[in-house]
Amino acid sequence: MQKGLLGIAELSRGEIEEILSRARDFQPPPRQSFKRFDTLRGRMIVNVFFEASTRTRTSFEIAAKRLGADTLSITASGSSVSKGESLVDTLNTLGAMRPDAIVMRHSASGAPQFLSRYLPIPIVNAGDGTHEHPTQALLDARTILDRRATLEGLRIAIIGDIAHSRVARSNIYLLSKFGVSIVLCGPASLLPRDMAAIAPGVELTTDMRKAIRDADVIMMLRVQLERQNEASFPSNEYFQFFGLRPEHVQLAKPNVIVMHPGPINRGREISSEVADSQRSAILNQVENGIAVRMAVLEKVLAP
Amino acid sequence: MSRLVVKGGRVIDPSQNIDRAADVAIEDGSVRDIGENIDATGSEVFDASGLIVAPGFIDMHVHLREPGFEHSETIETGSRSAAAGGFTSICCMPNTQPVNDNATVTHFILERARERAVVNVYPIGAITKNSAGEELAAIASMKEAGIVAISDDGKPVMNARVIRRAMEFARSSNLPVIQHCEDLHLSAGGDMHEGIQSTRLGLRGIPRASEDVMVARDILLAELTGARYHVAHISSRNAMQMVAFAKSKGLSVTAEATPHHFALTNNDMPPYDSNYKMKPPLRDESDVGAIVDGLANGTIDAIATDHAPHPGDEKMQEFERCPFGILGFETAIGLALERLYHSGRIGLAHMVSLFTENPARILSLRRGTLKRGAAADLTIFGLEHEWTYDVARSPSKSRNSPFHGHKFRGGQVATIVRGQIVWRLNG
Repeated sequence: MQKGLLGIAELSRGEIEEILSRARDFQPPPRQSFKRFDTLRGRMIVNVFFEASTRTRTSFEIAAKRLGADTLSITASGSSVSKGESLVDTLNTLGAMRPDAIVMRHSASGAPQFLSRYLPIPIVNAGDGTHEHPTQALLDARTILDRRATLEGLRIAIIGDIAHSRVARSNIYLLSKFGVSIVLCGPASLLPRDMAAIAPGVELTTDMRKAIRDADVIMMLRVQLERQNEASFPSNEYFQFFGLRPEHVQLAKPNVIVMHPGPINRGREISSEVADSQRSAILNQVENGIAVRMAVLEKVLAP
Repeated sequence: MSRLVVKGGRVIDPSQNIDRAADVAIEDGSVRDIGENIDATGSEVFDASGLIVAPGFIDMHVHLREPGFEHSETIETGSRSAAAGGFTSICCMPNTQPVNDNATVTHFILERARERAVVNVYPIGAITKNSAGEELAAIASMKEAGIVAISDDGKPVMNARVIRRAMEFARSSNLPVIQHCEDLHLSAGGDMHEGIQSTRLGLRGIPRASEDVMVARDILLAELTGARYHVAHISSRNAMQMVAFAKSKGLSVTAEATPHHFALTNNDMPPYDSNYKMKPPLRDESDVGAIVDGLANGTIDAIATDHAPHPGDEKMQEFERCPFGILGFETAIGLALERLYHSGRIGLAHMVSLFTENPARILSLRRGTLKRGAAADLTIFGLEHEWTYDVARSPSKSRNSPFHGHKFRGGQVATIVRGQIVWRLNG
């Protein structure tokens, strides 16, 4: 087992199941607040976010606090990064302060992998470039399993900017390990053909209706305009062809689960009717984010 | 009079179709004689028993970083690394600071090489001013100063009209045009070969087509202009086919391949290890197979290393921020033996010609031969001795090699430049 959590690709099915099952213990009973634990009392977790993020950072902070750990969050704009310090130097400096773990987000794919080769401190990847976002995939799996007995045999559509999505990659790696049949859908220029070969059980389509037909789960991706340095599709056509609307949801299984990693762009990739509907699990995902991150931090920091 | 006799080796000189046990006598820096049982009385003797004795190897594509980037490499340290790799002549690309786009820079490089270098240094001049791809550089005066080719290596000439004019001009100056083939619009932002690995790792891809379209364009322009055109570091199976097509049409089109492009694929890269990051990127098994085939069937004329030193702090960054390029000199012969000779793909004499006669012909160098009277540059190598590459011991200023720790079977044993032993194994 890697010393932190860098990606889903390297995890075994058993390791994933262990985290998902432990996360259940951290879910609050309905209409009650989260319980506090003191498993990580006296431990120090540093969140280093080289890329803006409110929800993921907050979610990790809350998870750490609920386990009794001390946390400190640093964002790039407020750190020496903006003064030209290299990534290695920044992290060495933080490392010298002896935290027990570092949670990091970075806009460069592989940045946490690179650092973990040089730092003895476990690193939890909170999203690296267009590579992986492992805790997102874990919380998505937890959310599905709250409503389905098993992942095995499900049909799950992932729709949007696949090429630039770390959420898509982590979900593909995770779901594939559990025998899910995965349909990726998006504009052809954002749907690399090689995606079909990165894990077993993946198919591609540019036809939204085909992707959704008989789906158990629809995962919408955020349109990442900030990751595109060129016009890969005519943006005014996006919602028309790849935005999720009520008529699409009709094509899926009756009890389909609609998910989105947030923050959502209403009217761009998902209509408000769908986002706010009974089928939407978007707010459960947020809740599960904390539970899953508690399970991850506990596992990473377990003595 | 100084005299050196290299005794007891197997002399392989493709330029004279020699492959037999013989001694080589060197006098005052020139080849005096090749023959059996040459009398070595009063001479220095190099015992080459069990070794191959070849004309000095030429690396027609290297980066010495001086002037301007002396923290990465200098003409002196680069030449020492070349000698330690068995190379006696190296051709340095113009992407220094300032760019070698005028005779003053060319003179500086040659002067510095005369003072400091332990091997022969041949500068390659820029095609365009500052390699900006717009206005032609001072090609004719650089030719007078001593350049052996023109190239904007690292910065392909994107404007087809400009490269056409450069080809016309180069033809009249009797210089080959060497192109780093990469359509910059297609490769923009790319960090590795576009394929399953780049998709898995979330790294932006450099598609094979970015190389192919420029090779295709340039071959058509070489036909139009009659220029001598050379494809640098070919890496794509499609580009290979186009070079073969150009040759079949009788065009003056040649190509080189680097050892890393015939030894590694993008699947060999440990995730995000920048010592595997270079341009063109490591591609697929099918491309590596095509390159080995091309070396075997003559489509590829030369092996060149594209020695591209970068200091540790530049390679110790996020993968996407790391510069492109790896060291090449000291692992070239070992990799050629491993992938081409020991694997049974090409014969030894052919392998030697890829390092000697062929690059000498492409660049019109009076090197790469052991004919009587030629400069006594010799590369002596063994076929069987086992050794492990330790990049920490390299004379280069940089350490960016993916082959650190690689175990080799056979490799360079001694390097002789103008009759002087400038490097020897365990020496």
